[in-house]
Amino acid sequence: MVQKLSAAKTVCAHCGEDCDSNNSSSREDGLSFCCQGCEMVYDIISQHDLCQYYDISPDAGIQLKGRKKVIYAFLDEPEVVEKMVAGSNGPKAYVQLHIPQIHCASCVWLLENLYRFHSGIFSSRVHFAKKQIAIQFDPQQITLRKLAEVLDSIGYAPTINLGTLEEGPPPVSKKFIYQLGIAGFVFGNIMLFSFPEYLGLFDEDGISFTRLFGYLNLGLILPSVIYSASDYFKSAWNAIRYRKLNIDVPLVIGMATLMIRSSYEILSQTGAGYLDSLAGLIFFLLIGKWFQQKTYHQISFDRNYKSYFPVSATRLQENDQEESISLDKIEPGDRLVIRNGELIPADGRLIAGEAKIDYSFVSGESDWQWVPLQAAVYAGGRQMGSSIQVLVEKRVSQSYLTSLWNDDAFKKDGKEPLQKMADQMGTFFTYSILGVATIAFGYWMNKDISIAIQAFTAVLIVACPCAVALGIPFIFGNALRILGKNQFYLKSIEVLEQFHHINAVVLDKTGTLTEKKFTAGNFNGAPLTDQERFLVAQAVIHSHHLVSKQIAAVIGEVGEDLVGWDLWEEQVGQGILAAIPGWEVKIGQWQWVTGQQASKEGTYVAINGQLKGCFTFASSYRMGIEKVFGYLKKWGAVFLISGDQPKDQEYLTQLFGQSDRLKFRQTPQEKLQFIQSLQKEGRQVMMIGDGLNDAGALMQSNIGIVISESDNNFTPASDGILKSGNFERIPQLLGFARSNRKVVYAAYTLALFYNVIGIGIAVQGLLSPIIAAILMPISSVSVVVLGVLGSNYQAYRHRLNR
Amino acid sequence: MKIMIGLIGLSLIVALGFLAAFIWAVKSGQMDDDYTPSIRILFDDDQKEKP
Repeated sequence: MVQKLSAAKTVCAHCGEDCDSNNSSSREDGLSFCCQGCEMVYDIISQHDLCQYYDISPDAGIQLKGRKKVIYAFLDEPEVVEKMVAGSNGPKAYVQLHIPQIHCASCVWLLENLYRFHSGIFSSRVHFAKKQIAIQFDPQQITLRKLAEVLDSIGYAPTINLGTLEEGPPPVSKKFIYQLGIAGFVFGNIMLFSFPEYLGLFDEDGISFTRLFGYLNLGLILPSVIYSASDYFKSAWNAIRYRKLNIDVPLVIGMATLMIRSSYEILSQTGAGYLDSLAGLIFFLLIGKWFQQKTYHQISFDRNYKSYFPVSATRLQENDQEESISLDKIEPGDRLVIRNGELIPADGRLIAGEAKIDYSFVSGESDWQWVPLQAAVYAGGRQMGSSIQVLVEKRVSQSYLTSLWNDDAFKKDGKEPLQKMADQMGTFFTYSILGVATIAFGYWMNKDISIAIQAFTAVLIVACPCAVALGIPFIFGNALRILGKNQFYLKSIEVLEQFHHINAVVLDKTGTLTEKKFTAGNFNGAPLTDQERFLVAQAVIHSHHLVSKQIAAVIGEVGEDLVGWDLWEEQVGQGILAAIPGWEVKIGQWQWVTGQQASKEGTYVAINGQLKGCFTFASSYRMGIEKVFGYLKKWGAVFLISGDQPKDQEYLTQLFGQSDRLKFRQTPQEKLQFIQSLQKEGRQVMMIGDGLNDAGALMQSNIGIVISESDNNFTPASDGILKSGNFERIPQLLGFARSNRKVVYAAYTLALFYNVIGIGIAVQGLLSPIIAAILMPISSVSVVVLGVLGSNYQAYRHRLNR
Repeated sequence: MKIMIGLIGLSLIVALGFLAAFIWAVKSGQMDDDYTPSIRILFDDDQKEKP
């Protein structure tokens, strides 16, 4: 067994991180670990003889530093078990869990060897792309809770939230795979049976091969037309019923004409028919459809607040005993305990503890709120600091935050898209094809009725906009993939089309324009002397509070010597008091430092009772923001809509151009209404946001894009997800997204060129099956090749990864 | 040339056999996950057998 250990630098035997922190340890067996958690996981894995785990992939081992402990008590509840586990009463139960940490081959190997950790586990299977594991186990021997704990103990903590319980796994439709497979089968066999016809078939010995192949082809085409192409017929029929035309209408006209004319020719033995072309047409169309269906398994575009909330909360019983309770059972009057970093699940009042609540995700406010006792706290806020107790006043489903989801914007099945490009073309094609065909028919009618019919049907066949129907899926599907490689994930190709229409952009501030973490800090007051800086730095060094770390960063290096404070105390939510003879340092809230009953923004410093000044921390704006604005302004008006207090107004006004384009202190509802009002003015709106407070606006806008820090973060329902690191590349990404329309036009021009040639032949009544069978694939393939090359060229021009 | 008829029939039967195999493969879930099997196939057999 090869250990992950190098002589020069000690790296953790589990996760491969450098072992330089205070928590790291070296053992007698020569292994080092960066933290206790890693050591424990390593021991568990080696006890079960599974150290092969570390050999399979170089980046095996989940880093455990800074991970929160999860208590899985809620998985003991019968209702939770019933919802998550299939067959929980029988001898063999089945559960699917989402494990976001799955990232390499080692993960798959270890998780599929899960049965070695507990005899109650029969087998497990990993779906890598979905980051899911399906486990079969014996519910008599191992409970769901124990199962989760086993996974947790080896570093693969399953993610279980309220959404996991409510949505079952979406039913996967295999119909399309069958359709594609059958169309391919039919196409291949018909081509085979049509080949003799191309070479000039001769019948002898009284056997008519022409007839035989004709009948065979006719039998083969039926499943392709009836089953594989059924969606096109349905779509065209729906369009006609609502008196609209889409691209499927001329397609279906072409298909039906091919089918009818070929059947007639074969049955009346006047010709071989065009069934090879028809089979090819259906097969290529389905391939196009398959190509555009790029799915990102690891990303979900349809989440609501339920995937943000945990499954359970901690409730205090009458006798102050803690118990775990599922969220839907929380009733007004319950007392809940919210620990550091936990979410408040329901609206209520604070009854004990120091509440310091981060509402940034819910309301967009960047500053944490200090909530006095008996004041209201709202669902969705995250407690930062010590534990608090909350008296529940409303059920989870009725809270201020979740009521947003009752808005009409969420009730629609999907957004009403503007007319699609392909459907515009469909209208044009339907009329022009029917027009040309009728003219050809009229021209020949007086001379020869049979040529007239031939010319009429030949035009319908040749002008069938197969190349057009294929162009969009391939061009936009390819663009979707290129954007995905650049970490900009779009829900579907329809979204890509919509970019062209956008003429107003609305941006959120907190988390969208600003980074999630605070970085820039300032000291306001007379500059501190070296001695004072040293004291302040020494006072904050012992504290783990975020603000203390920020202060340390502002002060910078002050030397190594540690002060042995005689007195050092930290009041959670207030500040730090540190003293040695001759010096007393106080850092913290205004009230804590000065003793005056008032609250002021900032973290104050007093040395020996003398106020020195205060530290303020501003959230920093993302890189490249000016460039992004310069680009977005070309699209139309750009608005800011923030739930935060008015801050940095001068800077933002300069950025947005006009001060009336900035809106602050907006509730989630108001954000949604603002988008509606823009749309009433006739604008097509793109919203870029990040948090739950933007969920309504994202839903209402024509395109809603979410900025996400990582794959596993919660993101509200949207049309696209952009990784935050790519914010400064927005001009390139969106520029590329728009440029694909040009490629489509180029492809259409080429398709039209082929159609003109084909129609030229067809109106003369000269279309033979072999010309149709050659012309159609050539035009389709060349349009597809041109389209894919074109969108790759656009990606190159916009300097994107391909 | 009569043998041609037999050969054509035979080729059709073989083709239908493959179609049936395809439908069976989709039905039994072989198309559900198109990535993990490529990882799984590279794992060595274990020293320890499954109990």
